Amino acid sequence: MSWFASVSDAMLVLGGMALVFGAILGFAAIRFKVEGDPIVDQIDSILPQTQCGQCGYPGCRPYAEAIANGDAINKCPPGGQATINQLANLLDVEAVPLDEEHGSEDIKKVAFIREDECIGCTKCIQACPVDAILGAAKQMHTVIADECTGCDLCVEPCPVDCIDMIPVETTPRSWVWEKPGAHSQLIATDKIGEIRGAA
Amino acid sequence: MAHTTERTRSSRRIWDIPGGVHPPEHKAQSMQLPLAHIPLAPSLIVPLSQHIGAPAIALVKEGDRVLKGQKIAEADGPISAPVHAPTSGTVTRIGDYTMPHPSGLQAEAIEISSDFSDTWCELYPMQDYRERDRSEVLHHIRECGIAGLGGAGFPAAIKLNPKGNAPIDTLILNGTECEPYITADDTIMRVRPEEIVAGAEILAHLLHEPADVLIGIEDNKPEAIKEMREACEGTRFEVVVFPTKYPSGGEKQLIQILTGREVPSEHLPAEVGVICQNVGTAAAIYRAIQFGEPLVSRITTVVGEALDIQRNIEVPLGTPVGHILANHGIDREQMAKIVIGGPMMGFTVQDERVPVVKTTNCILVPARKELPAPVPAQPCIRCGICAEACPASLLPQQLYWYARAEDYEKLEAYSIKDCIECGACAYVCPSHIPLVQYYRAAKGTMREAEQEKLKSDRARERFEFRKARLEKAEQEKEAKRQARKKAAEEARKRKAAQPASDKAGTSGASSEADVVAAALARVKAKESSPEQQKARAERSVKSAQERVQKLEEKASAAEGTQRDQLQAQLKAAQLKLGEAQQKLTALDQPEKTSSAAAAVDAAIARARNKAAMSPLEKAQKSVDSLRQRIQKMEEKIPQEQDAELQAALRDNHRKFQEKLVVAEQELAQLQQQEPGEATTPPAGNDKAQQAIERARAAAQARAGMSDEEKLAAELSSLEQRVEKARQRLRKAQDEGNENVPAFQAALDKMENKLAEKRQQMGEQQ
Repeated sequence: MSWFASVSDAMLVLGGMALVFGAILGFAAIRFKVEGDPIVDQIDSILPQTQCGQCGYPGCRPYAEAIANGDAINKCPPGGQATINQLANLLDVEAVPLDEEHGSEDIKKVAFIREDECIGCTKCIQACPVDAILGAAKQMHTVIADECTGCDLCVEPCPVDCIDMIPVETTPRSWVWEKPGAHSQLIATDKIGEIRGAA
Repeated sequence: MAHTTERTRSSRRIWDIPGGVHPPEHKAQSMQLPLAHIPLAPSLIVPLSQHIGAPAIALVKEGDRVLKGQKIAEADGPISAPVHAPTSGTVTRIGDYTMPHPSGLQAEAIEISSDFSDTWCELYPMQDYRERDRSEVLHHIRECGIAGLGGAGFPAAIKLNPKGNAPIDTLILNGTECEPYITADDTIMRVRPEEIVAGAEILAHLLHEPADVLIGIEDNKPEAIKEMREACEGTRFEVVVFPTKYPSGGEKQLIQILTGREVPSEHLPAEVGVICQNVGTAAAIYRAIQFGEPLVSRITTVVGEALDIQRNIEVPLGTPVGHILANHGIDREQMAKIVIGGPMMGFTVQDERVPVVKTTNCILVPARKELPAPVPAQPCIRCGICAEACPASLLPQQLYWYARAEDYEKLEAYSIKDCIECGACAYVCPSHIPLVQYYRAAKGTMREAEQEKLKSDRARERFEFRKARLEKAEQEKEAKRQARKKAAEEARKRKAAQPASDKAGTSGASSEADVVAAALARVKAKESSPEQQKARAERSVKSAQERVQKLEEKASAAEGTQRDQLQAQLKAAQLKLGEAQQKLTALDQPEKTSSAAAAVDAAIARARNKAAMSPLEKAQKSVDSLRQRIQKMEEKIPQEQDAELQAALRDNHRKFQEKLVVAEQELAQLQQQEPGEATTPPAGNDKAQQAIERARAAAQARAGMSDEEKLAAELSSLEQRVEKARQRLRKAQDEGNENVPAFQAALDKMENKLAEKRQQMGEQQ
């Protein structure tokens, strides 16, 4: 029976180890449980949060969830190609061009209410996904420009058509330097005519 | 005492910074003439943003008279500085002016037309600053609008109040001025050394007397060194001289040279116990405390071979650059460009109207020979000289490649934020690559992305909060609904217990029963007692009579279209009056009980039907009933004798027809949806949801269309909107709504737009 004794020792040790590791893993699974779906959060943090619904989902988070479930990554016109590239990077899929079906990339805009024409119907307030419009019934409304995401959803409900989407202006504070042009790619002899002409 | 000072002076160790370059200095050409003043410009343009941080808020109006030194704009928030009138005169305009900024963009400024008397307003010195509370002194400095005069223009008071009261053991006054051509600090050290020293006293006091107070000067300014040493005689301040090298004058570089300490990446000098101020700023602080003078002028170097006179001038802030150049004999034939700042870090301006601001230390107008146009860039040969020149020990070449590839993660990893944009790398580059421009572009894009990230995070928060709020409201409503339902059920049970009215109790399925019960309750309530009913009928007759009377009065007073409207309203009111009178007479008759019972039965039947019907059936039903009513009306109209009554009936007829159209549309929609029941959108009671649906449909429709088709689609949608607006206007007019003018204006506008679009369409075809 000596062979059994030696085998039983090994079995005991291995079985014991299995139990211990199983317990540790089980404990870790409960103790360090990840709440929610981290990939959805990551996708959501890339999306521009305009909440405009151009992707066909009621807000950015629902679209993030849809992407996590396999929807296309090119349905977000406000984010444009930059967002698509980031998503492609995150999800390790190929970056595709923006799907024109959902609109095209546009310059940044904010809503502006022509206040003397506003009749105070509150329809735009109800349509604004980020509560960026202030006002009350029969009182003039106004847009908090800093909070406006430029989603466009308030324009259509306005009965007196007093909301404009105004392009965001560049000020000296928001201005950024431009990248030098591609001319630095050329070797000097390609430019020789230009240099002689200038001299 | 003098001996110990001498000893420390000789024994003070000086460190070196990595990299650096030695460009031609060109300092002598502006130091031949003494500091001068030029005639006052007829109008001064004072920008509201002359510093890092938020622009100031104007305190004056157009047409206001202001005195020199008067505060004309208030600081907006902690990182901001007020602005003062640089001379006396009248505010002629507050608006957008071209800024002395590389973008050449416009920003808000106050234009003051000078009265040439240059009268000061009343000034409030604070000579007893040593007895005052430190925060009071800091507030005074802040109110005097003092911002760093060296370059970036950081509000001085903030720097002097380090975060968390970090212990400061070294105060450095920066008199390095390492950039070629610029001699403004050199000048002030020569002509006003005692003001700088007095300013240093104030700064040292504010910083709780740091152990070392050092005045750092490069060894290419012997005059300034001599003057400053003389002024420091008898004080504990120490003038430290070190070899000339560009860019020793950078704040972090100077700290390293004088103390050997390196300021960690993305941290402030205060965190290593050092505060650094420009010598000019120290003098300005002295003037603010001693005389109460706010910062309204500065010393600026006006230099370049394209000028007849090259020198330093003390000039009021807001003086247009063109005015200064005109006073220095500018030769436009020779001029290459106008640069604000030095040749290494300055920027070109196109518009000569840009004003001198708090940070303008130099106006450089080089001749073409002096500063030729940049040679075209050639490919990088990876020689690595740029890395040797970098004073921040970065790898400019790597940064260049990543900036070109727009790989912002890598740029971050290679510490692009520590680049001080000194231009040493571009200066030494044998391929003449505009390296700094690449870094600036990349930094700008990264900063933009950061801000957008912040904004989108806030938008997400707000969106989620809104969603939570709407859900909560919905839940509350649902709870109320449940409570009502429960109450109704209880009421019904109670009724069921009474044997007299077991009729309603037996009628099966709960929802149907509810509706029936509700209808019953309504009718019951109406029925109440005969006396009450009679009283109510009398009341309604009376109020109708009053309304008719009022309207008659109004109609007689009104004119034109309004009169027609009022007439229509009057007719309606008269009809109502008639109805009410009939009711009253009916009530007086005895058969009321039977009629009420019949009404109860009818209501029950109607309610049962309604509960059983699908939306489609409901729509069908309403269309049918509308059709019937219209038919009845059409029969009635020709029979009516009274012309006015006939008109009123016609009006009603038209309204019903409109209603019918709407109902028919609804019906059609429902019929369309019917086959694919599953595709119907989930309860669309959220307006945003509806808007999203519509926008989505529109976007889908737009996709794949040609421009012409797009235009046509826009046109038709506009037409629809105009039609909708017309209906809304008509409805509003009928109701006598107060918003009629607004609707009218909106309609007019839309019609204009429509006409425009039509024209555009015509042009395209």
